[in-house]
Amino acid sequence: MLIDLFSSLRRGQVPVSLRELLDLISALEQQVASLDVNDFYLLARACLVKDEKYYDRFDRAFGQYFAGLQAQGDITDALIPSHWLDSDFIKQLSEEERAQIEALGGLDKLLETLKQRLEEQGERHAGGNKWIGTGGTSPFGHSGYNPEGVRIGGESKHKRAVKVWEQRQFRNLDDSVELGTRNIKVALRKLRKFARTGAADQLDLDDTIRSTARNAGLLDLKMVPERHNAAKVLLFLDVGGSMDPFIRTCEELFSAARTEFKHLEYFYFHNCVYEKVWRDNRRRYDEAIPTLDVLHTYGRDYRVIFVGDAAMSPYELVDRFGSVEHMNEEPGQLWLQRILDTWDKVIWLNPSSERYWQYTQSTQMIRQQVEGHMYPLTLEGLEAGIRYLSR
Amino acid sequence: MKFSGTDRYVATDDLQMAVNAAITLQRPLLVKGEPGTGKTMLAEELATALGKPLLRWHIKSTTKAQQGLYDYDAVSRLRDSQLGDDRVHDIRNYIRKGMLWQAFEADEQVVLLIDEIDKADIEFPNDLLTELDKMEFDVYETGERIAARQRPIVIITSNNEKELPDAFLRRCFFHYIAFPDKDTLQSIVDVHFPQIEQKLVREALEIFFRLREVPSLKKKPSTSELIDWLKLLLADRIPPEVLASQDPSSAMPPLYGALLKNEQDVHMLQRLAFMARREAR
Repeated sequence: MLIDLFSSLRRGQVPVSLRELLDLISALEQQVASLDVNDFYLLARACLVKDEKYYDRFDRAFGQYFAGLQAQGDITDALIPSHWLDSDFIKQLSEEERAQIEALGGLDKLLETLKQRLEEQGERHAGGNKWIGTGGTSPFGHSGYNPEGVRIGGESKHKRAVKVWEQRQFRNLDDSVELGTRNIKVALRKLRKFARTGAADQLDLDDTIRSTARNAGLLDLKMVPERHNAAKVLLFLDVGGSMDPFIRTCEELFSAARTEFKHLEYFYFHNCVYEKVWRDNRRRYDEAIPTLDVLHTYGRDYRVIFVGDAAMSPYELVDRFGSVEHMNEEPGQLWLQRILDTWDKVIWLNPSSERYWQYTQSTQMIRQQVEGHMYPLTLEGLEAGIRYLSR
Repeated sequence: MKFSGTDRYVATDDLQMAVNAAITLQRPLLVKGEPGTGKTMLAEELATALGKPLLRWHIKSTTKAQQGLYDYDAVSRLRDSQLGDDRVHDIRNYIRKGMLWQAFEADEQVVLLIDEIDKADIEFPNDLLTELDKMEFDVYETGERIAARQRPIVIITSNNEKELPDAFLRRCFFHYIAFPDKDTLQSIVDVHFPQIEQKLVREALEIFFRLREVPSLKKKPSTSELIDWLKLLLADRIPPEVLASQDPSSAMPPLYGALLKNEQDVHMLQRLAFMARREAR
């Protein structure tokens, strides 16, 4: 009987394996829980879920399993965010917006109709002018043209929806693991190359025994330096302009990288690397470093990480004098290629969402140039990138 | 053998269920939650409730999995060999038992606490997989195999500083101690201070929850901070009226040092209070 629950959980993207299911069954066999839905729920959760971020998904999947079709009704409730019921929400709207809502008979009416439609509508819908779906002129759905529209899920294309909210905003713990310094450190730690350098302060047991034996039994202690991470990293960070929204993430990445790597050199650039980079943003014009010097200073064993959104006009990449802020003698692409030629392992971390990469020509071009090694600046992307670097 | 909290520890239904399932199926229980929600205390109270001895293994960033099994003190042995000590002929004299070994060979079942497993290196949990699963390990120096006489009840706590590997998670039961709601918190306070004046508690809880709602606090006060604060309030004989008269926006709560542990948080709260005062004028 639990097979259904199991597959319902798998459908709900709760990562459960057979082992957990067997655990649950044997727990039931040994009568840990009484025959009460509540107890069963608690037991199932303790056995099947291994991380609090899946609690919410588990709750939903469990609800669907038990209530079957009744879950449809619950979804309607879930769709109405509580802050709509606050008077604050009304205050946030502009004069114009309020008038528009009035046109449909007030916010209450709008919500009421929305609920009704949700109940009437059974399947996905696109186009048209009544049902909730995508791209139509009905006031409900997303990416449509009705100024009074209530957007459900998806993203605004015309920035006209009454209020932007995603269907599943109420999840609390789900995906709460954001990209924090700590996570980044753990991801970066995978890029390690152990080496023993520096002062010898650890006892080398094998060598001590060997040399003591050779010494006719007289104790001869041998010490070795401690093992530590000897990975060498060059970090190039894009600053200013379109990178402003990502400052926080980049700061975190930077501070994590600083503590994790003993050999870390960092440089800033704007949009694309040209003949000069700099290390201090306040003095970027006085104390710029010629990129050629960088190319010749650091050995081939360095790994290179670019951080930037790679969004610029294509001229900045391919043309002489294409840069937005100075007269560059040589195109950015050439400089990028020089870096790629100097160091074998180069990745580009892009903080903007992977879905938008294909719409920016320059992103495509850079991605091609770094041979596909452009990764999104998320934990997953970072891990994939680091995996490539450490290979 | 059911655990249902003690006279000093309030266990919610879901926590009881997780603990009992882990005991019955003889699996380690992994407990996560905000700092100060009583993860470590769970193991202590579980041991008291079941009347079993508690073994603690506190994990640090330098702890190796091997240390939980045993340490081989080669340097002492080398030294003894120089001095001609007789003990040197038996390698057993130089093997120090770790916490897991002690738990495995105890005469009665014990509660083993592996505290803050997330502090260790990322490979640490992986190194303990079979030891926790089969509850046995080999001592390479002597060729012995140590197997548990009774499987210990293992409680593992984590502060979520690192993600634990999947293979490790699969072998554990998991429970997340959510931050208690007002009623649960009230009963936790009652357990700790049976004699306390109800009015004081009500006012204190009011202020406490208001403080937790202040956005962007770096470290939100949690249960253990609340308990400490109440202790101070009682020791200083602060009357409930003082708390009640606290205008939500006027100033800092008395003895706020027990609640806010971060200087930036204190500064921010002072600034908020200052702004509120200026607005009120």
